[in-house]
Amino acid sequence: MASSNDLDIVRVTKQFGAHFAVNDVTFSVAPGEFFSILGPSGCGKTTLMRMIAGFENPTSGDIRIRDKSMIGVPANRRPVNMVFQSLALFPMMSVGENVAYGMTCRGVGRAEADERATRMLERVGLKGFGDRQVTALSGGQRQRVAIARCLVLEPTLVLLDEPLGALDLKLREHMKIELKQLQGTFNTTFAYITHDQSEALVMSDRIAVMNQGRFEQVGNPRELYHNPGTPFVASFVGETNRWQGAVSAGSNGAVTVRLPSGVSLHGQGQAVAGDALCFARPEAIALASDAAGLSALSNRFEGRVSAVLFDGANSSLLIDTPGFGQPVRAVLPQAGALAGINVGAPIHLGWSSDAMKVFAA
Amino acid sequence: MTTAQRLTLFLMMAPAILWLGVLIVLPHVEILILSFSERVAPRVYQFGFGNYLEFFTEPLYWRTFARTAIMSILVTAITLVLAFPIALYIARVAQGRVKAMLLLLCLLPFWVSELVRTLGWMMLLRETGIISYMLRMTGLADQPVELLYNDGAVILGLVYGGLLFMIVPLANALESLDPSVVEAGYDLGGSRWTVLRRIVVPHAMPGIVAGSIIVFMLTVGNFATPVLLGGKNGLWFTEQIYAQFITRFNWPQGAAFGMLLLLLSSAIVWAGLRLTRQGLGTTLRQA
Repeated sequence: MASSNDLDIVRVTKQFGAHFAVNDVTFSVAPGEFFSILGPSGCGKTTLMRMIAGFENPTSGDIRIRDKSMIGVPANRRPVNMVFQSLALFPMMSVGENVAYGMTCRGVGRAEADERATRMLERVGLKGFGDRQVTALSGGQRQRVAIARCLVLEPTLVLLDEPLGALDLKLREHMKIELKQLQGTFNTTFAYITHDQSEALVMSDRIAVMNQGRFEQVGNPRELYHNPGTPFVASFVGETNRWQGAVSAGSNGAVTVRLPSGVSLHGQGQAVAGDALCFARPEAIALASDAAGLSALSNRFEGRVSAVLFDGANSSLLIDTPGFGQPVRAVLPQAGALAGINVGAPIHLGWSSDAMKVFAA
Repeated sequence: MTTAQRLTLFLMMAPAILWLGVLIVLPHVEILILSFSERVAPRVYQFGFGNYLEFFTEPLYWRTFARTAIMSILVTAITLVLAFPIALYIARVAQGRVKAMLLLLCLLPFWVSELVRTLGWMMLLRETGIISYMLRMTGLADQPVELLYNDGAVILGLVYGGLLFMIVPLANALESLDPSVVEAGYDLGGSRWTVLRRIVVPHAMPGIVAGSIIVFMLTVGNFATPVLLGGKNGLWFTEQIYAQFITRFNWPQGAAFGMLLLLLSSAIVWAGLRLTRQGLGTTLRQA
């Protein structure tokens, strides 16, 4: 069956000795999509990317680009270009030569390659940088050269291997937006790998969360964030509170979990007997100075502020709550009445049963 | 700088300055002066360019000189071509213990003196030697084969002697090449040849130049290998210097030849640096 996807990964497995670096992974990337693979270091995402680029061969399975199998096709013949983690710019060449390199490899004449390189540099905002040495560029500029060097070849797919990892925080925030915009203007399919969930959430159309060689869940950023499919996804994507207990009752997706201290929590999940993990996002936890404000919520507790983590719009509170092993983390809205709360103050907190996901442990 | 610091610096520099001054600069100044003295009568010398004129008017001298230069460049080129894949393997493929082992293997022949090493080659190559014997045994030759005393034998011996000094700076230079830069070279569509020509070789250039300078210098100034392996056909310029100093006892003439050899090697090294657009500073750091 013909596929209209730019990339189809079909049951790909990569084994190093007895270790499965990538274990039976299947996914597709549609044309123009920004697809991210998110996972902790050592989860196999780099191996997966290197197989797509052609630097490693899968032990089994198929890698198809525009419906053509890439098995046995060497890296220099694949319509795929990679932005390396270290960027891997050619230090022996000028900026212009770096961008023109791929074209001259494809037999484009020197003059035309130079001209196209100049135009590409203009499009990524590096007009007039052609004759500079790559060592004389700033981090962000080097980044753009690395991307321009790929995009100028008009590849079917651009692979990005944590290219923002080496940048400082401010620049990284800026480059996130810039990358997303670049991808939009060139309308090229991007496959991006990262261990930084914020990068993945901000830029991606779809994200695959990878753990120990397998895909835990594939979905758009909102789905992953609000409806995690596995405990790993729930804890890896975004901040969350995590409690362990045992299911005491459950029906039709509504589950009651009893914590070791005896406190009962009401949440959503598959009704299972035995141990369970509960997850609630800090922003789902409502705060109030009196119990009356939270009466509509099915989980209501009283606690004492143990720490105020002020971080502007991302400020949060750690609340010592009787019955919970660790302090409960809750977002502190800076526009609310509680904005000025101090350590030691008593506080009421609560969350709805919809806001708490329960998984079998 | 305080007095103490100045004293420390002076003491630390003293051995180097003594070494350079007493063993290198002083003899060369002496040789330079000597090369300009002409013998006009027994035990009477005066200033003049006669020794240098002699070099240009006697074809044997300048032909030997040119031959030495061309052969040395050839030896350097062959050494480079042979050493490059070895260095590439040591730097990029071999890991850990294997890498150390390989470097040690390259170093091993140098535990034996140059003379003994060259005599070893003579045992292999001479008419009654091992290779000649093997050729006869296998029926590839019906009479003893003389492999010694020709240019091939001289080049073989000199390349062998220079290999290590090429491999080490090359391996050093290649080691610092980021593997992902090579991968990027392939990823963007480069063939093996393109990656080698446009990425690996330019990166290794300081090492190539450093190794070439060392090998060239060692070759041009070599004495034992051309004499032993080339015999009468060796015709190496150092032999002419030796003959003037020792056989003919014409020290001023020998001194002039010595200065000419120094000029020659300096000129060729300078030309090599210009040709490859390398600075002496970066090259020395690589060596």
